[in-house]
Amino acid sequence: MEKKTPLYDCHIQAEGKIVSFAGYLLPVQYKTGVIAEHMAVRKSAGIFDVSHMGEIIIKGNDALDNIQMLVTNDCSKMTDGQVRYSPMCYEDGGVVDDLLVYRVNVNEYMIVVNASNRHKDVEWMKSHLFGDAELTDISDETALIALQGPMSLSILGKLTDEAHLPVKYYTFKEDVNVSGISCMISRTGYTGEDGYEICCKNEDAVRLWELLLDAGKEYGLIPCGLGARDTLRLEAGMPLYGHEMDENITPVEAGLGFAVKLNKDDFIGKQGIIDRGTPIKTRVGLKITGRGIARENCTVYCYDKEIGRTTSGTHAPYLGYPIAMALLDIDTAHIGTKLEVDVRGRRIEAEIVTLPFYMK
Amino acid sequence: MSNEFLFTQSHEWVQFLDDTTARIGISDYAQSELGDLVFISLPEEGDEVVVGESFADVESVKAVSNVYSPVTGTIKAINEDLLDQPELVNSDAMDSWFIEVENITDKAALLTEEEYKKLIEE
Repeated sequence: MEKKTPLYDCHIQAEGKIVSFAGYLLPVQYKTGVIAEHMAVRKSAGIFDVSHMGEIIIKGNDALDNIQMLVTNDCSKMTDGQVRYSPMCYEDGGVVDDLLVYRVNVNEYMIVVNASNRHKDVEWMKSHLFGDAELTDISDETALIALQGPMSLSILGKLTDEAHLPVKYYTFKEDVNVSGISCMISRTGYTGEDGYEICCKNEDAVRLWELLLDAGKEYGLIPCGLGARDTLRLEAGMPLYGHEMDENITPVEAGLGFAVKLNKDDFIGKQGIIDRGTPIKTRVGLKITGRGIARENCTVYCYDKEIGRTTSGTHAPYLGYPIAMALLDIDTAHIGTKLEVDVRGRRIEAEIVTLPFYMK
Repeated sequence: MSNEFLFTQSHEWVQFLDDTTARIGISDYAQSELGDLVFISLPEEGDEVVVGESFADVESVKAVSNVYSPVTGTIKAINEDLLDQPELVNSDAMDSWFIEVENITDKAALLTEEEYKKLIEE
């Protein structure tokens, strides 16, 4: 049976179109529709219920050593209040999940993981813990609201002292008082816009959601569903687990080499990644120049030679044309290369363009 | 011959212009379920359509869906406006015909507007 987030009733009230996603009943869109929701985030602001995401605490004197072993990025030089993106790998280099590491202090970290991978991640992490480190899955008690878009600061600033908000991208502040609600607020997001992700207890979620919507009214803030979340992340060229990466591909092969630090001490998957050698595929962005929309798993051709497949694709509402990400043979994948994508038996024209498709 | 709209269970509408000519589109319910349409592919004039077979794709931001023909016949005209402005279907689905079919030799079991309303209320 699917779970409801603490904000479920708010979604129903706002006429959200509810779908099942990663075991949760969530709105794919509201009555405004995906395009209007997408544009609100690009031009003013939108809020998303992302309470389905998993939150895991790792605490103890050996917490850092455990994190370092679990993830591919280097967290040793993080400071308190910093956030870092990292894949987490199996021994063979395949990706277990991609996640965010929040350093509360050197002995305490919060890890935010994909909802669909949460139980797998918890099992994986638990089975590899060593020394003095305790893992707690707080997902079921924790709500997460993403406030995204250029007006985010103006909106949140109405509800809290701006001096208490994180200033730099990928930093966070603990115990921020938002109209009496204690929140952990990070300057992070999955849209390619400035914004915040606000973590609170389940019981405070509805009040926080309503406070934010009310504060944002004058700026055109609207609630946004999973549909806009996907089109926004795609326009911003951000990878999604199960699409751009999974257990069959290493993060290096998925174009996430920037978050794999082979020069740090050992981590799970290091040898596996090294053993796979230089990748033969690379992740690219495609602008669809022909008529049609390439979704995931479309075969990509260059002069009738099969050179890879798309991993995600959609109509990009802000750009106004269809885009896709694809894993292609590295020797043919150059910016400007003209290709064809098979969309349900029909070949449509595409061109390799730089990622991200959209940058604010 | 009345120009009333008849419907299929797969949410297309058909409007007969005479005994063997009809216009075909998708229902208002269908467009609202699909959400913002961003791309429509249509067949060409002269192509044959067959009862129950897909003749067009409609793409919303999230997904692609087939449009099934309620009749068998030959395509007399396509609504080219939809190729560049698929959003017309979202603003007025009943006024946004996809294709006009002539020489109709067969048709599906069709619902009246009242019967169709009952179907979508279920």
